Amino acid sequence: MGPLGLLLALALHLAACTRTHRDYCVLGAGPAGLQMAALLQRAGRDYEVFERESAPGSFFTRYPRHRKLISINKRHTGKANAEFNLRHDWNSLLSDDPRLLFRHYSKAYFPDASDMVRYLGDFAKCLGLRVQYNTNITHVALDKDPQAWNGHYFILTQQNGQAYQCSVLLVATGLSVPKLVDFPGSEHVEGYESVSVDPEDFVGQNVLILGRGNSAFETAENILGVTNFVHMLSRSRVRLSWATHYVGDVRAINNGLLDTYQLKSLDGLLESDLGYLALVKDSKGKFHITLRFFLDENNSSQSADAIPLPQDDNDNFAMRVAYDRVIRCLGWKFDFSIFNQSLRLSSGTEFSKKYPLIRASYESKGSRGLFILGTASHSVDYRKSAGGFIHGFRYTVRAVHRLLEHRHHGIGWPSTEHPITQLSSSIIRRVNEASGLYQMFSVLADIILLKENATAFEYLEEFPMQMLAQLETLTGRTARHGLFVINMEYGKNFSGPEKDVFYYDRSVAHVEDAWRSNFLHPVIYYYRHLPTEQDMRFRPAQWPLPRPAAIHHIVEDFLTDWTAPVGHILPLRRFLENCLGTDLRSFYAESCFLFALTRQRLPPFCQQGYLKMQGLSSTKSLRQHGVESRLLPDYTAMENSSRWLGDHPSAPGPLTQSLDSNKEEL
Amino acid sequence: MMSSGFVVFRAGVALVLMCSFYRSTEDPLPELSPQQYFSTLQPGKASLAYFCQVGSLSNSVFLEELKEAIRPLQDYGISVSKVNCVEEEASRYCGKEEGVMKAYLFRGHILLREFPTDTLFDVNAIVAHVLFTLLFNEVKYVTTLEDLHSIENSLKGKANMIFSYVEAIGTPEHRAVMEAAFVYGTSYQFALTTEIALLENIGSENTGRAHLYFLHCELASDLTESCRTTRMEQPLTTLNIHVFIKTMKAPLVMEVAEDPQQVSIIHLQLGLPLVFIISQQATYEADRRTAEWVAWRLLGKAGVLLLSRDSVDVDIPQHANVAFRRAEKEAPVEFLVLNDVDLIVSHVKSNMYIEETQEDEDGDEEGPDLAIQDDEVAETVYRDRKRPLPLELTVELTQETFNSTVTTSDSLVLFYATWHAVSMAFLQSYIDVAIKLKGTSTILLTRINCADWSDVCAKQNVTAFPAVKLYKEGESPVSYEGMLGTKDLLKFVQLNRISCPVNIASIQEAEKYLRGELYKDLFSFPSVSVLGLFSPAMASAEEHFREAGKRLRGSIITGVYSEDDVWILSNKYAAPLPAMLLARPREGGIESVPLATAPVQEMVRILANAPLEAFPEITVETLPAYLRLQRPLLMLFSDGSIDPQYRNAALALVRQKQLEPFTPCWLNLKNTPVGRGILKVYFGHLPPLPQLLLVNLHSGGQVYAFPSVQSITEQSLMLWLKKLEAGLENPITIISDQAWKPPLPAFDFLSMMDAPAAQASAKKGAECMEAAEVQASAEQPRGGGPAPRREPPETLRVKHWNRSIAPREAGEPSRPHKEL
Repeated sequence: MGPLGLLLALALHLAACTRTHRDYCVLGAGPAGLQMAALLQRAGRDYEVFERESAPGSFFTRYPRHRKLISINKRHTGKANAEFNLRHDWNSLLSDDPRLLFRHYSKAYFPDASDMVRYLGDFAKCLGLRVQYNTNITHVALDKDPQAWNGHYFILTQQNGQAYQCSVLLVATGLSVPKLVDFPGSEHVEGYESVSVDPEDFVGQNVLILGRGNSAFETAENILGVTNFVHMLSRSRVRLSWATHYVGDVRAINNGLLDTYQLKSLDGLLESDLGYLALVKDSKGKFHITLRFFLDENNSSQSADAIPLPQDDNDNFAMRVAYDRVIRCLGWKFDFSIFNQSLRLSSGTEFSKKYPLIRASYESKGSRGLFILGTASHSVDYRKSAGGFIHGFRYTVRAVHRLLEHRHHGIGWPSTEHPITQLSSSIIRRVNEASGLYQMFSVLADIILLKENATAFEYLEEFPMQMLAQLETLTGRTARHGLFVINMEYGKNFSGPEKDVFYYDRSVAHVEDAWRSNFLHPVIYYYRHLPTEQDMRFRPAQWPLPRPAAIHHIVEDFLTDWTAPVGHILPLRRFLENCLGTDLRSFYAESCFLFALTRQRLPPFCQQGYLKMQGLSSTKSLRQHGVESRLLPDYTAMENSSRWLGDHPSAPGPLTQSLDSNKEEL
Repeated sequence: MMSSGFVVFRAGVALVLMCSFYRSTEDPLPELSPQQYFSTLQPGKASLAYFCQVGSLSNSVFLEELKEAIRPLQDYGISVSKVNCVEEEASRYCGKEEGVMKAYLFRGHILLREFPTDTLFDVNAIVAHVLFTLLFNEVKYVTTLEDLHSIENSLKGKANMIFSYVEAIGTPEHRAVMEAAFVYGTSYQFALTTEIALLENIGSENTGRAHLYFLHCELASDLTESCRTTRMEQPLTTLNIHVFIKTMKAPLVMEVAEDPQQVSIIHLQLGLPLVFIISQQATYEADRRTAEWVAWRLLGKAGVLLLSRDSVDVDIPQHANVAFRRAEKEAPVEFLVLNDVDLIVSHVKSNMYIEETQEDEDGDEEGPDLAIQDDEVAETVYRDRKRPLPLELTVELTQETFNSTVTTSDSLVLFYATWHAVSMAFLQSYIDVAIKLKGTSTILLTRINCADWSDVCAKQNVTAFPAVKLYKEGESPVSYEGMLGTKDLLKFVQLNRISCPVNIASIQEAEKYLRGELYKDLFSFPSVSVLGLFSPAMASAEEHFREAGKRLRGSIITGVYSEDDVWILSNKYAAPLPAMLLARPREGGIESVPLATAPVQEMVRILANAPLEAFPEITVETLPAYLRLQRPLLMLFSDGSIDPQYRNAALALVRQKQLEPFTPCWLNLKNTPVGRGILKVYFGHLPPLPQLLLVNLHSGGQVYAFPSVQSITEQSLMLWLKKLEAGLENPITIISDQAWKPPLPAFDFLSMMDAPAAQASAKKGAECMEAAEVQASAEQPRGGGPAPRREPPETLRVKHWNRSIAPREAGEPSRPHKEL
């Protein structure tokens, strides 16, 4: 290590003199890298993207091996709303150019991977993104400098020794290293990355596939019709995305093997820890499964045919048949190799070892200014939300960009300010169209910051909700007077690999049962004060946020259309009213007129509309409905004073009538 | 003799009464042989037995009801059994024919009464009949008026009486009365009738299922005097009767000398509001009488207290004479000025409304139905949703057509969202404008649905719906900021058709402009015209004026005249330059306002106030502009056009600048019918018209009424205003300054989410504590059983079911979708 280290230090030193500075360096021109580049470009930032290959999206030139993307390309939803339509477009990146939508690139619901390559190429080209292709960054190190934004620069060294000095490093290299297995005989195993995709090569063979993810099922799907049988072996049970509501689990499009397994058509699914296994190649070139400790017990120099097999003792052992091929489809992991130890970029917990360890703000825990984007950032919501996939990380990348804009350029998190009368309609609008909330449920949430006396509010979109305690420092907005968090959630006990998601009565339609909604639905949390980090850490189990002062569930909707006046909007308004202690109803000008002359105070709607000479007139037809519904008194019918009094001995005065008269309908 | 045995356990019954509602667990019906049964009978103890032939088909419906009656009857010390008649043990009660079986009520071994099973048709009937039999002496059944009077007379000066009418024996109301009689039978004489004629005789025209009256005979010292009667207005339930009788026992008026917020008397505990009559030492006697008078009127509805203003350390508003406090714990004390006993009574009644409906719902703990729309705009728009609008009169824009449309033609754009009620209400007015302008306008009326094209709306900086913008070629878009109604929007469109400001070329044209003749054909409404007069040298003032005019474009017409001969106009209207002339078509005459070299902002203010009149008619549209002046309104309510005499008087005073501190105005109830609603609030009823009022909206909220007997002249008006100033007049009312709180509570999802967990732990606790219940709950899964959703709280389930079968007016009935 000595001479090598010296050489490296020398190289670094040399590079330091000639290194080019960039405020932002992006590693990798895949979807996440390009998404970040597009945002930096639009903001006019000094940035550069480094890409090893000669074109963007090189992963998609090879993978998936069978070329069919399983991210949906839904071109028709019956709606015109572009933001809503993104909810069902899992491939497009975010840009202002409507031509850069994936639906213009493929007609297939499950598009071909080469269309993705073409799309990414166009995306980079049309937006004029600054990407250096054929640039292989082989080493990343840290250079302390108090002048730097983060107290250090990131030094990127190219294969030819050329170096770059970056204030912020955005790593979007994806998961590029295939996960291997290590057991006796694993050298006989073919990898997903190189195995033949021609079914002809599998005719009449017995095939064993290791793994139970989408790549394993995809591989099986391709050869199911020509093999004798396909067995699939994995450590834990299969997880189906329609049961877990996690797009990374096995998608129905790939599940042909489950069908043939359950119909006893020779294919099958087995669970076992791969670490206990061993593979023995016999003289005919066929593979036998045995246990590792059998090998350990015996002398390893024994000839293959003499190695004991499980079926010797246990003659109905499931995998006693000999296999022609064994294929490993175990997924990928993050490539840590280029990062110097000074970056302190470490892998995640046992549960998400394949990902680098990061905060909910996507910043590395080891070094400030180093952000992980895209698939590699999935540790934040692994097996929960869509942060590992284009339709999810396009929003988390945008969130990172917003954080950076505030941190380094003093541009606060984008927000819009509205009078309080717009509160429920702001929420209704977002829950009905917002795509970031919908895809990145329980990861990104909209935040409403109330102004003093709750007369107005600021609306912040798609904030990483786990960072709520640091909201003020991360966004530059103040949250002194209470806040709402708008999140989307599945029912707490609904999703899971072993759950029956089709049980009778699974859906909730009654407004008062909204909290038991199972399908994705909006949930609104109200806090009087910004939760502290302590609150966040000790939140109740299974809760995405600490216990709020009040919570509201908008009841799940079969059409995901939350605009029903009584089913959705009315309960939301009641919730907001009770959080704020005010009356958020809307009134016609005539009612405001009455209030203006008979009450010293006016409801917010009248204050902000009528008193500013922007009252809402009713029309004849609406008035009539108002009188029929008894929400509007019929003043012309009050002509005869004594009669009017006599007719309604216990009727409340007109002042309270509009408040209470609805009860008369009961 | 018969009642003696009951007195013993009566004491405990009041408590039992309350508990018995909540117990619904069924007790087993003891089945005995005749011999066994008779051997269990204890002297003095009542028991109900149903004799039943073994082997015969038993009357299962009756048995179910009988089982249900076990618990309530047990609470009154009455046992219930089923006796199986076996052949070898034949009893005379077993009857001769099969199937015709009866129930018998015994006290000890003495048979009190036999009941054919069909009279005991349900649990209410069983309890009612049994108690009625046992309380035979205490509850007098009357059929004639003479009977009633003789009981009444016998009680005068001694005791009070509770008389009730029920539709039939055995109804739930009858049961409620009997249960009350069981508890209170020793304190009051009970009388009961089923004769509706009797009810009519005592002067009650309101006939319904049941009535209960409290006759205050103890107070009647003289035999000739009839007993004062209080009718119970709530429905006859055991709980309501209990509350009613309790309040009858309470003192009529209590005198207190403490903070009304702190007072706690029985009425509050019973959920009734309190009325405080605020008294002063000087008027104590009269106040006391008023209080008693009010108390009699409100007996059983509210507690009445006499609060001494002098001895309380609380800030009581000067004019307030009544304080009102709702029964809810947190409810604040309201101070009111109510100069009439009727007003006090009606105030209490209207405020009791919520509580009454809650009782009506009968055990519905959640109270009012939160799913009933109380937003007038949302509800009316929803009800109107099926009426087709002539939307084709406006052009619907999309992302593709928006830019090309607004850049190629002068377009008015409505930004709305189809799910937004206020937007949809305004859309109707917008379409009305389109109808009115059909074929005449050069401006294209368009609309864009932001629910579909949210990014287009966002790009046009539309963050709130509805919004209207006018796009004119070569100009930046103008936002419409007027009323969301046909009239103002139409005016905006029409005013925007003329240039702004209008450049006047000659004196003749200026005169024509001021007479409103220049654009006569263009407008369908009278509008104030403003003409700025500048000498050619006053370029900067003119510039400011032009800028201000542009800012107010669409709400008023502004013109500019700055030719060399401007002095002609300046002299004619006595307007030293720079100046502006105001021509009001409504009032006639031309007013001049000097325009010092004011900044644009000031100019805008002056211009914006220009349309304000000296003695305006207040309408829904005009009020906000006058409210901005922050002065008390001196307002005449007139049914039809205004009396010219008053108009002249008011205008004369205005000219003499006597009314400077006020905004003198009038309201025509024909044009603004909502004025009746306002008068109703001020007076509690509709007063004779015209009515002159001074409404001090901005400081204190007092409303003073000009004495309606006097005629309104300059002198009388001034005199009255002087008196007001001197504080010599009392306000007729003080406008409430209550804050606008949420009209109804929200669903408390947080505690619903907590409930399953809490329930699980409560269940565990119960298992440990109550040995008797272990068996029952052993069949249920213990903690850690199925997920909470499989075991929803029982109460919720029941509630859904009710709700889903109940027809809902507002909103479509929602059904669970089964995902086809």
